[in-house]
Amino acid sequence: MNALHPQALHASPAGWPGDIFSALKAARVRQVAYVPDGGHAELIRAVHADPAMVAIPLTTEEEGVALVSGAWLGGDRACLLMQSSGVGNCINMLSLVRNMGGPFLTFVTMRGEWGEFNPWQVPMGTGTPDAFRLMGVHVLRADRPEEVGPATAAGIRMAYEGGSAVAVLLAQQLIGAKVFVK
Amino acid sequence: MSKPLNRLDRRAVVARLLKDRGEAIVVTGLGSPTYDVAAVGDHDRNVYLWGAMGGCAVMALGIALARPDTPVIAVTGDGEMLMGIGSFATIAMQAPKNLTVVVLDNGLYGETGGQASHSVVADLAAIAGASGIADARAIDAMGDVETLAARATALGNGPCVAVVRIEQAELERVLPTRDGHAVRARVRQSLGLSID
Repeated sequence: MNALHPQALHASPAGWPGDIFSALKAARVRQVAYVPDGGHAELIRAVHADPAMVAIPLTTEEEGVALVSGAWLGGDRACLLMQSSGVGNCINMLSLVRNMGGPFLTFVTMRGEWGEFNPWQVPMGTGTPDAFRLMGVHVLRADRPEEVGPATAAGIRMAYEGGSAVAVLLAQQLIGAKVFVK
Repeated sequence: MSKPLNRLDRRAVVARLLKDRGEAIVVTGLGSPTYDVAAVGDHDRNVYLWGAMGGCAVMALGIALARPDTPVIAVTGDGEMLMGIGSFATIAMQAPKNLTVVVLDNGLYGETGGQASHSVVADLAAIAGASGIADARAIDAMGDVETLAARATALGNGPCVAVVRIEQAELERVLPTRDGHAVRARVRQSLGLSID
Protein backbone atom coordinates (compact mmCIF):
# COMPACT_ATOMS: atom_id res chain seq x y z
CA MET A 1 0.00 0.00 0.00
CA ASN A 2 1.39 3.37 -0.92
CA ALA A 3 0.01 6.88 -0.86
CA LEU A 4 1.88 7.58 -4.05
CA HIS A 5 0.10 4.75 -5.79
CA PRO A 6 -3.52 4.60 -4.58
CA GLN A 7 -4.74 2.16 -7.20
CA ALA A 8 -2.53 -0.42 -5.49
CA LEU A 9 -5.48 -1.09 -3.19
CA HIS A 10 -7.10 -3.02 -6.01
CA ALA A 11 -4.12 -5.19 -6.83
CA SER A 12 -4.87 -8.82 -7.56
CA PRO A 13 -2.04 -10.36 -9.56
CA ALA A 14 -3.13 -13.28 -11.69
CA GLY A 15 -1.78 -15.20 -14.65
CA TRP A 16 1.89 -14.87 -15.50
CA PRO A 17 2.42 -11.54 -13.66
CA GLY A 18 1.07 -13.35 -10.62
CA ASP A 19 3.57 -16.14 -11.20
CA ILE A 20 6.44 -13.64 -11.11
CA PHE A 21 5.01 -11.89 -8.07
CA SER A 22 4.56 -15.05 -6.01
CA ALA A 23 8.05 -16.26 -6.95
CA LEU A 24 9.58 -12.95 -5.87
CA LYS A 25 7.62 -13.16 -2.62
CA ALA A 26 8.76 -16.71 -1.97
CA ALA A 27 12.36 -15.69 -2.63
CA ARG A 28 12.00 -12.80 -0.13
CA VAL A 29 12.82 -10.15 -2.69
CA ARG A 30 12.33 -6.82 -0.93
CA GLN A 31 13.34 -3.96 -3.23
CA VAL A 32 11.64 -3.86 -6.62
CA ALA A 33 12.78 -0.99 -8.84
CA TYR A 34 10.99 -0.17 -12.05
CA VAL A 35 10.47 2.11 -14.97
CA PRO A 36 6.80 1.58 -15.79
CA ASP A 37 5.63 -0.54 -18.65
CA GLY A 38 2.11 -1.61 -19.54
CA GLY A 39 3.20 -5.24 -19.50
CA HIS A 40 4.45 -4.86 -15.94
CA ALA A 41 1.53 -2.79 -14.66
CA GLU A 42 -0.15 -5.58 -12.75
CA LEU A 43 3.10 -6.69 -11.13
CA ILE A 44 3.98 -3.10 -10.20
CA ARG A 45 0.57 -2.64 -8.55
CA ALA A 46 1.06 -5.84 -6.58
CA VAL A 47 4.51 -4.76 -5.38
CA HIS A 48 3.17 -1.39 -4.23
CA ALA A 49 0.38 -3.16 -2.37
CA ASP A 50 2.70 -5.55 -0.52
CA PRO A 51 3.94 -4.31 2.88
CA ALA A 52 6.97 -6.62 2.73
CA MET A 53 8.20 -5.04 -0.51
CA VAL A 54 9.55 -1.62 -1.40
CA ALA A 55 8.48 -0.36 -4.82
CA ILE A 56 11.01 2.08 -6.26
CA PRO A 57 10.02 4.08 -9.34
CA LEU A 58 13.07 5.25 -11.29
CA THR A 59 13.63 8.12 -13.68
CA THR A 60 15.83 5.94 -15.92
CA GLU A 61 16.58 2.23 -15.99
CA GLU A 62 20.29 2.62 -15.28
CA GLU A 63 19.40 3.93 -11.82
CA GLY A 64 17.92 0.50 -11.19
CA VAL A 65 21.17 -1.30 -11.95
CA ALA A 66 23.03 0.78 -9.35
CA LEU A 67 20.17 0.52 -6.87
CA VAL A 68 19.94 -3.26 -7.12
CA SER A 69 23.70 -3.53 -6.51
CA GLY A 70 23.44 -1.27 -3.48
CA ALA A 71 20.46 -3.15 -2.10
CA TRP A 72 22.40 -6.38 -2.14
CA LEU A 73 25.45 -4.78 -0.51
CA GLY A 74 23.10 -3.84 2.31
CA GLY A 75 21.59 -7.31 2.53
CA ASP A 76 18.37 -6.98 0.51
CA ARG A 77 17.37 -9.02 -2.47
CA ALA A 78 16.26 -6.70 -5.26
CA CYS A 79 15.22 -6.79 -8.90
CA LEU A 80 14.54 -4.41 -11.76
CA LEU A 81 11.43 -4.29 -13.96
CA MET A 82 11.66 -2.51 -17.30
CA GLN A 83 10.78 -2.74 -20.96
CA SER A 84 13.20 -3.54 -23.76
CA SER A 85 13.75 0.10 -24.71
CA GLY A 86 15.27 0.65 -21.28
CA VAL A 87 17.89 -2.05 -21.64
CA GLY A 88 20.06 0.18 -23.80
CA ASN A 89 20.08 2.76 -21.02
CA CYS A 90 21.71 0.24 -18.68
CA ILE A 91 24.80 -0.68 -20.65
CA ASN A 92 27.60 1.20 -18.89
CA MET A 93 25.97 0.83 -15.47
CA LEU A 94 26.19 -2.94 -15.88
CA SER A 95 29.95 -2.53 -15.46
CA LEU A 96 29.09 -2.06 -11.79
CA VAL A 97 27.54 -5.52 -11.70
CA ARG A 98 30.53 -6.98 -13.52
CA ASN A 99 33.03 -5.36 -11.19
CA MET A 100 31.32 -5.96 -7.86
CA GLY A 101 29.60 -9.24 -8.62
CA GLY A 102 26.56 -10.27 -6.68
CA PRO A 103 23.08 -11.07 -7.95
CA PHE A 104 21.43 -9.02 -10.64
CA LEU A 105 17.95 -9.96 -11.79
CA THR A 106 15.76 -8.07 -14.22
CA PHE A 107 12.42 -8.83 -15.87
CA VAL A 108 12.08 -7.22 -19.28
CA THR A 109 8.82 -6.91 -21.14
CA MET A 110 9.64 -6.99 -24.84
CA ARG A 111 8.43 -4.41 -27.29
CA GLY A 112 9.39 -4.11 -30.92
CA GLU A 113 9.74 -7.78 -31.69
CA TRP A 114 6.30 -9.15 -32.67
CA GLY A 115 3.65 -7.22 -34.57
CA GLU A 116 5.00 -3.91 -33.32
CA PHE A 117 3.28 -0.89 -34.86
CA ASN A 118 5.80 1.62 -33.51
CA PRO A 119 9.11 1.35 -35.39
CA TRP A 120 10.90 3.37 -32.68
CA GLN A 121 10.58 0.32 -30.42
CA VAL A 122 12.10 -2.08 -32.92
CA PRO A 123 15.84 -1.27 -32.62
CA MET A 124 15.96 -2.20 -28.92
CA GLY A 125 13.44 -4.97 -29.49
CA THR A 126 15.93 -6.48 -31.89
CA GLY A 127 19.02 -5.60 -29.86
CA THR A 128 17.98 -6.42 -26.30
CA PRO A 129 19.31 -10.01 -26.04
CA ASP A 130 22.62 -9.05 -27.63
CA ALA A 131 22.93 -5.95 -25.47
CA PHE A 132 22.65 -8.06 -22.33
CA ARG A 133 25.05 -10.66 -23.64
CA LEU A 134 27.61 -8.02 -24.56
CA MET A 135 27.64 -6.95 -20.93
CA GLY A 136 27.78 -10.48 -19.53
CA VAL A 137 24.17 -10.82 -18.43
CA HIS A 138 22.70 -14.28 -18.89
CA VAL A 139 19.46 -14.21 -20.88
CA LEU A 140 16.40 -16.37 -20.19
CA ARG A 141 13.21 -16.04 -22.19
CA ALA A 142 9.52 -16.88 -21.86
CA ASP A 143 7.37 -16.87 -25.00
CA ARG A 144 4.19 -18.42 -23.58
CA PRO A 145 2.36 -17.84 -20.29
CA GLU A 146 3.21 -21.28 -18.96
CA GLU A 147 6.92 -20.59 -19.51
CA VAL A 148 7.02 -17.53 -17.26
CA GLY A 149 6.94 -19.38 -13.97
CA PRO A 150 9.80 -21.77 -14.81
CA ALA A 151 11.92 -18.98 -16.35
CA THR A 152 11.34 -16.87 -13.24
CA ALA A 153 12.31 -19.75 -10.96
CA ALA A 154 15.46 -20.37 -13.01
CA GLY A 155 16.41 -16.69 -12.93
CA ILE A 156 15.82 -16.41 -9.19
CA ARG A 157 17.94 -19.46 -8.55
CA MET A 158 20.82 -18.30 -10.75
CA ALA A 159 20.78 -14.77 -9.33
CA TYR A 160 20.13 -15.17 -5.62
CA GLU A 161 21.64 -18.58 -5.06
CA GLY A 162 24.36 -18.45 -7.69
CA GLY A 163 25.20 -14.74 -7.64
CA SER A 164 24.81 -14.40 -11.40
CA ALA A 165 23.50 -11.54 -13.50
CA VAL A 166 20.31 -12.68 -15.24
CA ALA A 167 17.67 -11.10 -17.45
CA VAL A 168 14.29 -12.77 -17.99
CA LEU A 169 12.80 -11.58 -21.28
CA LEU A 170 9.01 -11.67 -21.46
CA ALA A 171 8.00 -12.00 -25.11
CA GLN A 172 5.74 -9.48 -26.76
CA GLN A 173 3.28 -12.28 -27.53
CA LEU A 174 2.60 -12.48 -23.79
CA ILE A 175 1.51 -8.88 -23.69
CA GLY A 176 0.20 -8.33 -27.18
CA ALA A 177 1.20 -5.53 -29.52
CA LYS A 178 -0.01 -2.15 -28.30
CA VAL A 179 -2.91 -0.89 -30.41
CA PHE A 180 -2.69 2.67 -31.66
CA VAL A 181 -5.91 4.28 -32.86
CA LYS A 182 -5.76 7.31 -35.11
CA MET B 1 18.61 30.19 -3.38
CA SER B 2 21.69 32.32 -4.08
CA LYS B 3 24.86 30.56 -4.98
CA PRO B 4 27.66 30.65 -2.38
CA LEU B 5 30.98 32.05 -3.52
CA ASN B 6 33.58 30.83 -1.05
CA ARG B 7 35.42 27.65 -2.03
CA LEU B 8 36.56 25.07 0.54
CA ASP B 9 39.46 22.61 0.55
CA ARG B 10 37.89 19.33 -0.61
CA ARG B 11 40.15 17.13 1.49
CA ALA B 12 39.41 19.17 4.61
CA VAL B 13 35.68 18.94 3.89
CA VAL B 14 35.70 15.16 3.47
CA ALA B 15 38.02 14.64 6.44
CA ARG B 16 35.68 16.64 8.67
CA LEU B 17 32.61 14.91 7.25
CA LEU B 18 33.97 11.46 8.07
CA LYS B 19 35.88 12.23 11.28
CA ASP B 20 33.22 10.70 13.53
CA ARG B 21 31.53 8.49 10.98
CA GLY B 22 30.58 5.74 13.41
CA GLU B 23 28.63 2.99 11.66
CA ALA B 24 28.13 4.96 8.44
CA ILE B 25 28.54 3.36 5.03
CA VAL B 26 30.18 5.66 2.46
CA VAL B 27 29.75 5.33 -1.32
CA THR B 28 32.17 7.38 -3.43
CA GLY B 29 31.62 8.77 -6.91
CA LEU B 30 34.32 8.02 -9.46
CA GLY B 31 37.31 10.34 -9.79
CA SER B 32 38.34 12.83 -7.15
CA PRO B 33 35.64 12.03 -4.55
CA THR B 34 36.92 8.44 -4.47
CA TYR B 35 40.45 9.77 -3.86
CA ASP B 36 39.20 12.25 -1.24
CA VAL B 37 37.52 9.52 0.79
CA ALA B 38 40.56 7.25 0.40
CA ALA B 39 42.77 10.12 1.65
CA VAL B 40 40.89 10.09 4.96
CA GLY B 41 41.90 6.45 5.37
CA ASP B 42 40.69 3.09 4.15
CA HIS B 43 37.59 1.69 5.87
CA ASP B 44 35.62 -1.56 5.76
CA ARG B 45 32.47 0.39 4.99
CA ASN B 46 33.83 2.40 2.07
CA VAL B 47 32.36 1.53 -1.32
CA TYR B 48 34.74 2.95 -3.90
CA LEU B 49 33.33 3.46 -7.37
CA TRP B 50 35.78 3.78 -10.26
CA GLY B 51 33.09 3.89 -12.91
CA ALA B 52 29.29 3.50 -13.15
CA MET B 53 29.08 7.27 -13.60
CA GLY B 54 25.73 8.62 -12.43
CA GLY B 55 25.11 5.68 -10.10
CA CYS B 56 26.64 6.82 -6.81
CA ALA B 57 23.63 8.42 -5.11
CA VAL B 58 21.12 5.83 -6.22
CA MET B 59 23.42 2.96 -5.25
CA ALA B 60 23.60 4.59 -1.82
CA LEU B 61 19.78 4.67 -1.85
CA GLY B 62 19.68 0.90 -2.34
CA ILE B 63 21.95 0.44 0.68
CA ALA B 64 19.96 2.95 2.74
CA LEU B 65 16.66 1.18 2.05
CA ALA B 66 18.23 -2.15 3.00
CA ARG B 67 19.75 -0.78 6.25
CA PRO B 68 17.30 1.85 7.52
CA ASP B 69 19.08 2.19 10.87
CA THR B 70 22.54 2.75 9.40
CA PRO B 71 23.60 6.17 8.08
CA VAL B 72 24.61 6.03 4.42
CA ILE B 73 26.62 8.84 2.85
CA ALA B 74 27.20 9.28 -0.88
CA VAL B 75 30.23 11.48 -1.58
CA THR B 76 30.36 12.47 -5.20
CA GLY B 77 31.21 15.29 -7.59
CA ASP B 78 29.15 17.73 -9.60
CA GLY B 79 29.81 15.96 -12.91
CA GLU B 80 28.87 12.53 -11.58
CA MET B 81 25.74 13.91 -9.94
CA LEU B 82 24.69 15.66 -13.15
CA MET B 83 24.78 12.33 -14.98
CA GLY B 84 22.37 10.86 -12.41
CA ILE B 85 20.40 14.03 -11.71
CA GLY B 86 17.08 12.15 -11.79
CA SER B 87 18.25 10.27 -8.69
CA PHE B 88 17.26 13.29 -6.62
CA ALA B 89 13.61 12.65 -7.48
CA THR B 90 13.99 8.88 -7.05
CA ILE B 91 15.47 9.46 -3.58
CA ALA B 92 12.76 11.99 -2.70
CA MET B 93 10.05 9.44 -3.58
CA GLN B 94 11.54 6.98 -1.06
CA ALA B 95 12.39 9.62 1.57
CA PRO B 96 14.96 7.55 3.52
CA LYS B 97 15.94 9.14 6.84
CA ASN B 98 19.43 7.65 6.74
CA LEU B 99 20.75 8.95 3.42
CA THR B 100 22.90 12.01 2.81
CA VAL B 101 24.26 12.91 -0.62
CA VAL B 102 27.28 15.21 -0.48
CA VAL B 103 28.14 16.78 -3.83
CA LEU B 104 31.64 18.26 -3.98
CA ASP B 105 31.09 21.01 -6.53
CA ASN B 106 34.14 22.55 -8.16
CA GLY B 107 32.30 23.42 -11.36
CA LEU B 108 34.53 21.33 -13.59
CA TYR B 109 35.42 17.85 -14.80
CA GLY B 110 38.77 17.54 -13.03
CA GLU B 111 39.54 14.01 -14.17
CA THR B 112 39.37 14.80 -17.87
CA GLY B 113 41.14 18.12 -18.30
CA GLY B 114 39.18 20.64 -16.28
CA GLN B 115 36.35 21.31 -18.70
CA ALA B 116 33.55 23.43 -17.21
CA SER B 117 30.67 21.43 -15.79
CA HIS B 118 27.05 22.49 -16.03
CA SER B 119 27.09 23.50 -12.37
CA VAL B 120 28.60 26.75 -13.62
CA VAL B 121 25.03 27.63 -14.62
CA ALA B 122 22.93 24.93 -12.93
CA ASP B 123 22.33 25.18 -9.17
CA LEU B 124 22.48 21.59 -7.93
CA ALA B 125 21.13 22.35 -4.44
CA ALA B 126 18.16 24.13 -5.98
CA ILE B 127 17.60 21.21 -8.35
CA ALA B 128 17.65 18.81 -5.40
CA GLY B 129 15.15 21.00 -3.55
CA ALA B 130 12.91 21.27 -6.57
CA SER B 131 13.12 17.48 -6.98
CA GLY B 132 11.51 17.02 -3.57
CA ILE B 133 14.50 16.86 -1.22
CA ALA B 134 13.28 19.03 1.65
CA ASP B 135 16.75 19.28 3.23
CA ALA B 136 18.88 20.56 0.34
CA ARG B 137 21.83 22.69 1.43
CA ALA B 138 24.39 24.82 -0.34
CA ILE B 139 27.55 25.00 1.74
CA ASP B 140 30.57 27.29 1.49
CA ALA B 141 31.80 27.43 5.11
CA MET B 142 33.49 24.83 7.30
CA GLY B 143 31.05 25.59 10.11
CA ASP B 144 28.26 24.27 7.90
CA VAL B 145 30.35 21.16 7.16
CA GLU B 146 30.40 20.51 10.91
CA THR B 147 26.61 20.66 11.01
CA LEU B 148 26.40 18.48 7.93
CA ALA B 149 28.70 15.86 9.47
CA ALA B 150 26.41 15.60 12.48
CA ARG B 151 23.40 15.15 10.18
CA ALA B 152 25.08 12.69 7.83
CA THR B 153 26.30 10.34 10.56
CA ALA B 154 22.90 10.14 12.26
CA LEU B 155 19.28 9.62 11.20
CA GLY B 156 17.31 12.68 10.13
CA ASN B 157 13.74 13.40 9.15
CA GLY B 158 14.37 12.57 5.52
CA PRO B 159 17.14 12.52 2.94
CA CYS B 160 19.67 15.35 2.84
CA VAL B 161 21.53 16.71 -0.17
CA ALA B 162 24.46 19.03 0.50
CA VAL B 163 26.25 20.78 -2.33
CA VAL B 164 29.63 21.91 -1.05
CA ARG B 165 31.51 24.48 -3.08
CA ILE B 166 35.14 23.41 -3.26
CA GLU B 167 38.40 24.69 -4.72
CA GLN B 168 39.28 23.77 -8.28
CA ALA B 169 42.86 22.65 -7.68
CA GLU B 170 43.67 19.07 -8.66
CA LEU B 171 45.22 17.33 -5.67
CA GLU B 172 47.52 14.36 -5.38
CA ARG B 173 45.57 11.21 -6.13
CA VAL B 174 45.12 8.74 -3.31
CA LEU B 175 44.13 5.50 -5.00
CA PRO B 176 42.09 2.91 -3.08
CA THR B 177 41.55 -0.62 -4.34
CA ARG B 178 39.87 -0.99 -7.72
CA ASP B 179 38.74 -4.52 -6.86
CA GLY B 180 34.97 -4.19 -6.54
CA HIS B 181 34.58 -7.83 -5.52
CA ALA B 182 36.90 -7.26 -2.56
CA VAL B 183 35.00 -4.13 -1.59
CA ARG B 184 31.71 -6.01 -1.81
CA ALA B 185 32.97 -8.83 0.41
CA ARG B 186 34.39 -6.42 2.96
CA VAL B 187 31.30 -4.23 3.24
CA ARG B 188 28.97 -7.20 3.56
CA GLN B 189 31.18 -8.82 6.18
CA SER B 190 31.23 -5.61 8.19
CA LEU B 191 27.42 -5.75 8.19
CA GLY B 192 27.39 -9.34 9.40
CA LEU B 193 26.31 -10.70 6.01
CA SER B 194 27.76 -13.54 3.95
CA ILE B 195 30.35 -12.34 1.44
CA ASP B 196 28.41 -13.71 -1.53
